Amino acid sequence: MADYTVPLRRYYGSYTAGFFVVIVALAVLERYGMPPRWIGYSFLFLTIFLYATIGVLARTASVSEYYVAGRRVPAVFNGMATGADWMSSASFMGLAGTLYLSGYQGLAYVMGWTGGYVLVALLLAPYLRRFGQYTIPDFLAARYGGNRARLVGVFATVLASFVYVVAQIYGVGLITSRFVGLQFEIGVFVGLAGILVCSFLGGMRAVTWTQVAQYTILIVAYLVPVTILSYQVTGVPVPQLTYGMVLQKVQSLEEKLFDEPAEVEARRLFRERADGYHERILTLPASLEEERQRLSERINELKTDNAQMREVVAIERQRRELPTTSEAARDYWESLMRQAAQRGAEPEHHVTAYPGEGGAVNDTARLNFLTLVFCLMVGTAALPHVLMRYYTTPSVREARNSVFWSLLFILVLYLTAPAYAVFAKYEIYSTLVGSSMAQLPVWVNAWGKIGLVSIEDVNGDGILQLAELSLNPDVILLATPEIAGLPYVISGLVAAGALAAALSTADGLLLTIASALSHDVYYKVFRPNATTQWRLVVSKSLLLVVAVLAATVASQKPATILFMVAWAFSLAGSAFFPALILGIFWKRANPTGAVSGMVIGLLVTIYYMVRVQFDTIPWLGINGIGMEPWLGIQSTSAGVWGVAAGFVTIIVVSLCGKPPSKETQDFVESVRYPEFERP
Amino acid sequence: MRLAQKHRDYWLRNLKLTAALLTIWFVVTFVVSYFARDLGAFTVLGFPLGFYMGAQGAPLIYVLIIWWYARYMNHLDREYGVSEVDGDE
Repeated sequence: MADYTVPLRRYYGSYTAGFFVVIVALAVLERYGMPPRWIGYSFLFLTIFLYATIGVLARTASVSEYYVAGRRVPAVFNGMATGADWMSSASFMGLAGTLYLSGYQGLAYVMGWTGGYVLVALLLAPYLRRFGQYTIPDFLAARYGGNRARLVGVFATVLASFVYVVAQIYGVGLITSRFVGLQFEIGVFVGLAGILVCSFLGGMRAVTWTQVAQYTILIVAYLVPVTILSYQVTGVPVPQLTYGMVLQKVQSLEEKLFDEPAEVEARRLFRERADGYHERILTLPASLEEERQRLSERINELKTDNAQMREVVAIERQRRELPTTSEAARDYWESLMRQAAQRGAEPEHHVTAYPGEGGAVNDTARLNFLTLVFCLMVGTAALPHVLMRYYTTPSVREARNSVFWSLLFILVLYLTAPAYAVFAKYEIYSTLVGSSMAQLPVWVNAWGKIGLVSIEDVNGDGILQLAELSLNPDVILLATPEIAGLPYVISGLVAAGALAAALSTADGLLLTIASALSHDVYYKVFRPNATTQWRLVVSKSLLLVVAVLAATVASQKPATILFMVAWAFSLAGSAFFPALILGIFWKRANPTGAVSGMVIGLLVTIYYMVRVQFDTIPWLGINGIGMEPWLGIQSTSAGVWGVAAGFVTIIVVSLCGKPPSKETQDFVESVRYPEFERP
Repeated sequence: MRLAQKHRDYWLRNLKLTAALLTIWFVVTFVVSYFARDLGAFTVLGFPLGFYMGAQGAPLIYVLIIWWYARYMNHLDREYGVSEVDGDE
């Protein structure tokens, strides 16, 4: 064992060293005047070239290599690959920003996305590895005898993974368009090429080894900017330890800033504006015509006064953007009202948990926090692309160790994300807020141009108030190098890291979908006697089809996609978690119980999500289906109901039916003890 | 398939350990978060305790739980002679 990991360690050791040499070389070239765009290109193409090389070197024609990397991946490397597989563009780019915007409330993601591994380690990974086949539907079929359970499993796998993979490709499009100035749609297809070179030829084997390489890049890219920032602010380059002190400074800055008269005034103006929109919505459709007239009058007034052209153009644009129908106007003003109300709301302290009226604990916020943590954990322990990784280790023992390594590697990022949020907040509160509107730093305008930062001097005092600044969550991570005044090479590095995070997750997901369709549906259900060669051909073609389909959906820029990623956790959790857990720990669970539990769990979750989130679905012609959430729980935590319904259904239906056959019970025994391995 | 007493013992000890570790997991995750506001009165490394537990305390305990489980179970496998030969595929 120890022997054959030595060359691997050596390869990846020299690879990491080589990566640092490249960074330093680019930093030197930047000194000598290499333009930023070239640095962006170098990072983009060098890293994709690297992944392609690994992908080609790891090409394979063996089924076991293609689906489970020959079950030869040592625990440590499987841990790194799982880390890259797991940390998506949402973790890499979005998490720090979410923590910045919602303070303590954002920690639900940190806890949920790490604590789920406890469930994986204790309840699933060793048993799945003992079973030792290729996919999660394989396990369901073996345990619950037959293709019904398998097909429900395939449906849930594809449903949860496809939304997720679209979001990753969308992320790739954003990164390439921001950092190297490619058009978004072209960026999406460049990303697609990057994904396919890894997974197409070598399947799981290639994906695993590229993911190890991608982990190194993404973690270095994540740590470097905040470490430098920590050194600048506190003199100690360990952000995870020092941000407690900075948090105290943020707290006192908050106490000072929140009550400043100019801040109070700015918030009052935003609230007034929100009330204005509310008024207009109530008096539709008359208010729409009034508003158009008001803007026209204002334009004429300005023109006769010889006002600045810029003001006239701004108002003309407002008039042009005004919707034509009163339904559209309602949506338009409602979103403006929400924005204004958000800016005018009383700000909360970063560390305050569950803030409510007048400093009390908000019970609904607390319930939502706890249920979100629950759904993220259960979803983590049920997403097929993560569970599949534990099929690739050489033994059960290695599978157990591998979960430990996975979480350790993942923690490096998750323990750092809250530090990012706090350092960024400190910099913004202490230097940006209160500065003159005319002399804002360059990054504010640069990111403002693509709509990630928006600034409005609502009280007209020429000074930036906190309430006047609004940030998109993604910008915190992307702009930190600029906030800290670092050279462009660091920004390029962050872009390469974000790209690695998105590509690695997309690879794992695509492979999961393609395996579910080719192995479970084609081979196991339709053509049990297909040849090995033909199975791989089908798998590779499906991979291509799914990838192109996902890229096509991503290039449409679906607005709700980021929201839908949070749903993937609830969907996967309610479909798989009860059936997998009871399948291992309760021999009495029978096929009918499991299949009905999976279907009902999934249906309850979908029902709750759709009715809480949408009132109308235009393309289906459905109206007025919205409902009040039960106990105030938001749609992202819909899995709470689905998982509960799944457990109850499996238990009740199983107890009403016959116990499973002797063979199935023996199967459960065989999964429980490492010795009883079937040939 | 016939199970020896040995195997029943092995499974029982596995279940006991799993239950104990899941209890810790539950307390650290849900009980501590429920009282996050009240824990704010204490300070660790400059953090209010409630915030610290969410940001670092709980994740670090999760890693320890998994590490302990792997270690204990790998020993148990050997003790009961149900361990596999490395690289059994």
